[in-house]
Amino acid sequence: MSSPVIQIKNLSKYYGGFQALSGVSLEVVSGERMVICGPSGSGKSTLIRCVNQLERHDGGQVIVNGIELGKSRKALREARTHIGMVFQQFNLFPHLSVLENLTLGPMRARKLSRQKAESLARHYLERVRIPEQADKYPAQLSGGQQQRVAIARSLCMEPAIMLFDEPTSALDPEMISEVLDVMIELADTGMTMMVVTHEMGFARKVADTMVFMDKGLIVEKSDPAKFFSSPESERGRLFLQQILQH
Amino acid sequence: MPDSSLLARATANRYRLGLLLTLSVLLSGCAGQLQWYVVSPMTEAGRANLLFMLGGLKYTILLSMTAIIISVIIGLLVALPGLSRNPFARGFNRVYVEIVRAVPLLVLILWVYYGLPIMLGITINVFWAGVVALALSDSAFEAEIFRAGIQSIDRGQLEASDSLGLGYIDRMRYIVLPQALRRVLPPLGNQLVYMLKMSSLVSVIGMEELTRRANEMVTAEYRPLETYTVLILEYLVLILVVSAGVRWLERRLSRRDVR
Repeated sequence: MSSPVIQIKNLSKYYGGFQALSGVSLEVVSGERMVICGPSGSGKSTLIRCVNQLERHDGGQVIVNGIELGKSRKALREARTHIGMVFQQFNLFPHLSVLENLTLGPMRARKLSRQKAESLARHYLERVRIPEQADKYPAQLSGGQQQRVAIARSLCMEPAIMLFDEPTSALDPEMISEVLDVMIELADTGMTMMVVTHEMGFARKVADTMVFMDKGLIVEKSDPAKFFSSPESERGRLFLQQILQH
Repeated sequence: MPDSSLLARATANRYRLGLLLTLSVLLSGCAGQLQWYVVSPMTEAGRANLLFMLGGLKYTILLSMTAIIISVIIGLLVALPGLSRNPFARGFNRVYVEIVRAVPLLVLILWVYYGLPIMLGITINVFWAGVVALALSDSAFEAEIFRAGIQSIDRGQLEASDSLGLGYIDRMRYIVLPQALRRVLPPLGNQLVYMLKMSSLVSVIGMEELTRRANEMVTAEYRPLETYTVLILEYLVLILVVSAGVRWLERRLSRRDVR
């Protein structure tokens, strides 16, 4: 394992009087696949959204590729081109075709030529296995296809790390596996990933590190084999019991 | 296609019926005194009068179109600071909208034509006075329309655009405005129709548009009922054409994101 891509130091975040993060510290090294789980309201989404500053933190530091975020707007924009983000609600651009969704970032933020951006887009559409949908509009695709387009859109930025914020939570059950399959393949290519999810099967398969959060704190951080067989904390044990019951 | 052409014919029939009804209401009870010859296309004099009245069409259209283009641009430039996090920018938006919206259009026209030249030491012709007054007045309403449209765009769209590393200008240009524009097209069409009608007020400073021409006709021929009826028809036709255009644009733009 090599140098840290992301360093989070003593991060805190408030929503009004509510403390969503209470001093979280974490490191993600290149090639690491980290899965973050925990009950709702535990701060896992807030944490991952702080990494690319969709949420501004109130205390502590977020350092990506050695650059501290939150200081300069230009540095943040630059850093964001290296951080892919996949949302629960896909957030595709409904007025643009699939191809245009994929080429916009590379052309505007990375200043690639249209030709270069399109060949990149077609390459990644192939990777997420929907090359034939390039000219359709998002509303014409199924949820699973939309999420795969969203993954391809992030990959087109050729990021150093991919963030996933509950990528399968808005999907119909029969579409979850097509998205997870794409994510597993992505993990196999060595992509650095930070994934917030309730899909424990996926976590077991790809995670190098399991992080369990509760009440704005990291309660437990261990390797998945250990986490799933004998969680250290009582809260972790309870959470696993509830989530794996069915 | 047979369905849509049937529908179109049904719509056209409804319009014709409506016109007939309007006319019969307007003209009932004065059959004996009507002197349609003043605007009759059958006679030489009537044709000349009609052409004289239609001559105002060019200015009505030119005036309204110029004014709406300018007002859309100003409206957008006023709406954007209204969405800012900066309280001064938002304050500017509020002050502009509240003040401009509060001035009656007729008063603004008079002020721009008679007052502004004194204040700035310039001369301004009736056309540009009309354009400035109409555009200013309308821009406040456009600003509110744009602000509402932009605010209606889902937060997730902004987050996706941020996460791709797009800056403010790219985000507005490629993500927010194209979607907002589609949503505000109906109220924007409203404003366009409103603007066409309000352009009649510019007749008071002597702009030779439809209403002014009609007024001059009335002075010359002394047949107000016939002349103003023709004037109403002129506006009606103009506005029906404009609304058809707006609806066509709406259909064209919404074709893609069928849900």
